[in-house]
Amino acid sequence: MRRSWLPSLITLAVIVFLFAPLVVLVANSFNASRFGGEWEGFTWNWYEKLWEADEVWESLWITVKIALSASFTAMILGTLAAYALHRFRSWLQDVHSLLITLPLVMPDILMGMSLLALFVLTGVETGLLTIWIAHVTFCLSFVTMVVLGRLQDFDFTLIDAARDLGATRVQALKKVLLPLLLPGVLAGGLLAFTLSIDDYVITFFVSGPGTTTLPLRVASMMKTSRSLPVINALSTLLIASTFILAALSFRLQRRA
Amino acid sequence: MDDFLVIDHVTKSFGSHRAVDDVSLSVAQGEAFSLLGPSGCGKTTLLRMIAGFERPDSGRILVGGQDITTLPPEQRPVNTVFQNYALFPHLSVWENVAFGLRMSRRPREEIRSGVDRMLELVRLGEQARKRPAQLSGGQRQRVAIARALVNRPQVLLLDEPLAALDLKLRQHMLMELNTIHEQVGTTFIYVTHDQGEAMSLSDRIAVMNAGKVEQIDSPEHLYETPRSSFVATFIGDANFFTGTVVELQHEGYVRVMVEGLGSPLVLSNGTISSHQTLRLMVRPEKISLTLKRPLSGDRVNAFAGVVEDIAYFGSHTRYRIRAGEHHIIAQLQRSRFSGGEIAPERGAEVWMSFHPDEGRVVLLEDAA
Repeated sequence: MRRSWLPSLITLAVIVFLFAPLVVLVANSFNASRFGGEWEGFTWNWYEKLWEADEVWESLWITVKIALSASFTAMILGTLAAYALHRFRSWLQDVHSLLITLPLVMPDILMGMSLLALFVLTGVETGLLTIWIAHVTFCLSFVTMVVLGRLQDFDFTLIDAARDLGATRVQALKKVLLPLLLPGVLAGGLLAFTLSIDDYVITFFVSGPGTTTLPLRVASMMKTSRSLPVINALSTLLIASTFILAALSFRLQRRA
Repeated sequence: MDDFLVIDHVTKSFGSHRAVDDVSLSVAQGEAFSLLGPSGCGKTTLLRMIAGFERPDSGRILVGGQDITTLPPEQRPVNTVFQNYALFPHLSVWENVAFGLRMSRRPREEIRSGVDRMLELVRLGEQARKRPAQLSGGQRQRVAIARALVNRPQVLLLDEPLAALDLKLRQHMLMELNTIHEQVGTTFIYVTHDQGEAMSLSDRIAVMNAGKVEQIDSPEHLYETPRSSFVATFIGDANFFTGTVVELQHEGYVRVMVEGLGSPLVLSNGTISSHQTLRLMVRPEKISLTLKRPLSGDRVNAFAGVVEDIAYFGSHTRYRIRAGEHHIIAQLQRSRFSGGEIAPERGAEVWMSFHPDEGRVVLLEDAA
C-alpha cells in the first residue's frame, strides 16, 4: 500500500504554525538590526544589554521566588486535597471538587479582580504576599487534578498490605502511598511552577510597588521599542529553560 | 480439638446486607483450613475480619487464646497473602520481604538473615534485587508468601491464592503451597471459590453460602457425605432425587420410592426413622452403566434410561441419561462400556445401577 503524504504534510504545517514565531524571535535576538525587519548580521549585543539590565534580573528573582514558594505550597495542599477528594464522598466533597476545578475554567481576569477586591476589602497591602496567595489558588487546582489522576490508578490494597505487615496508618501512607504518588506530585508541581512563572493577568491585579514580576516587566518594556531586542534575548533564554522543564515534567509523568 | 483460631458468633453487615451471619468455627494450630464458597458468600469478609480490615458487628475472634477482635491489623499475629499479591511496586523483592521486619524494628542482622532464609524457602534468592514487575505470576505469588511468612505469623491468610495463575502454574503452586505449609507448620487459612483447590490444599473445609457456614468437614467427608444439597453441588457433581420412604428395613436400610424410576431405591442411612419425604444424592461416578438389568438381587438399585448426550473428556466420559422426568449424569472412567464392552450411543437404552451405600440423603423434608 502506498503511504499517503497528507498526514506528513499536515504535521509539518502544524509544526511551522506553532514554531515559526519562536524561530523568528530567537533569530531576532541575534540580529544586529534594532527593529528586526531584516538581517543585519549576527550580534551578542542584546544579550550584553540584557546582562546589564538589573531591573530584569530583579524581576526574574521575584518571579522565581513566587513560583517556587507557590508551587511548593500547592504541591502540599493539592496532594492533601486530592487525597481527601479521592477517599471521602459526601455533599461537602462535591462542593470541594467544584471549588478545586473552578479556577481551571474561570477567566484569569475575573480571578485577578476578585482577589484584588478581597485584598482591598481586608486591607492587605498588595505585594509579594498577595501574589503568592493568588498563585497558590490557581496552582492548587492543577496539582490536585494531576495527583487525583495518579490516585485513581493507585491500588489501595497496598495500604492494607502495609498495615498487615505491621505498619501503622501513618507509616503506610509514608512508606507506600507517598513514594508511589511522588512522581505525580512532582509533575503537578512542575506544571504549577511553569504556570506561575508566566502568569500575567492575575499578577497584574494583585502586585504592588516593588513586586514587578518578569511578565509584568516584559509587558512594560514592550512600550519602548528601544528595549525590544533585549526582550527577544530574554525570551530566547526563557524558551530554552521552558523546554528543559517541559522535558523533565514529561519524563516524570512517563515514569510514574 | 485444639482451638487455636476461634471465630465466635461473628456477624457483619454492610447496610442491610448480612455478609457474615453468626458464623462460629475453630481451627487447630498448624491446620490447613479453607473457607470455600461462591462469590458473595461472605468468605472474603470473614478473612478481612481475621486480618483486621473489617470489624465484626458482633462476636469475637481469638488467636491462641488472645481476643484480637478490636486490634488494628498491624498489631495482629496474622499475615495475609492478597489475591492480587499487593506487592509494593517501588521496592525490590528483597525490600518487599523485609518490609514487615523493618516495621517491627528488628535488628539489621536479623532482618538480613530472615529475608535471605525466606527467599531461599520460596526459591527466589536469585531474584532478590528485581522489582515485582519483572517477575512472573508464580514468582510474584511466592514473594507475597515470603513477605507474609517472614514475620512468623501465628496464622497465615491466603485470599484466592491461585486465582490469578494459569492452569498449569496453578497445579504446580498447589503442590508448592502444600510443601511450604509442611515446612513452616503455620496455621494456613485459604479463601477460595474453587472446590478442587480447597480439596487438595486443606485438612478441613468450611463451605459457606449466603453468609452462613453450611458444613465444616474434611474434604473426603464433604464429598462423600454432604449434609445439604448446596454442599453436594458445590463440591463435585451430583444427581438429586426426591422420594418418599416406603419401608424401613433392618440394618439401617430404607426403601425409597422415587417417581419415574420404577422400583423403589434402597439406601443406607441411619438418620431416617419414619416414613417421610426426602432428597437423596448420587455422584455421577458412582453409577454403573450396563446394557442389561444387573442381576444382584434387591441390594442393587437399578433403573433404565435413554442416553441423551455423551461428552468425552479423555480421562472419563459423561453420559446424560433420561429416565422418566429425571436427567441423570453418569460418569465412566473407561470410555469402553464395562458391561458389554460396547459404548452406548445416543438414543440407546441402558441400565443404571448404584450400590445402596453410595446414595446419600442430603435433605430431609417433613412428609406432606
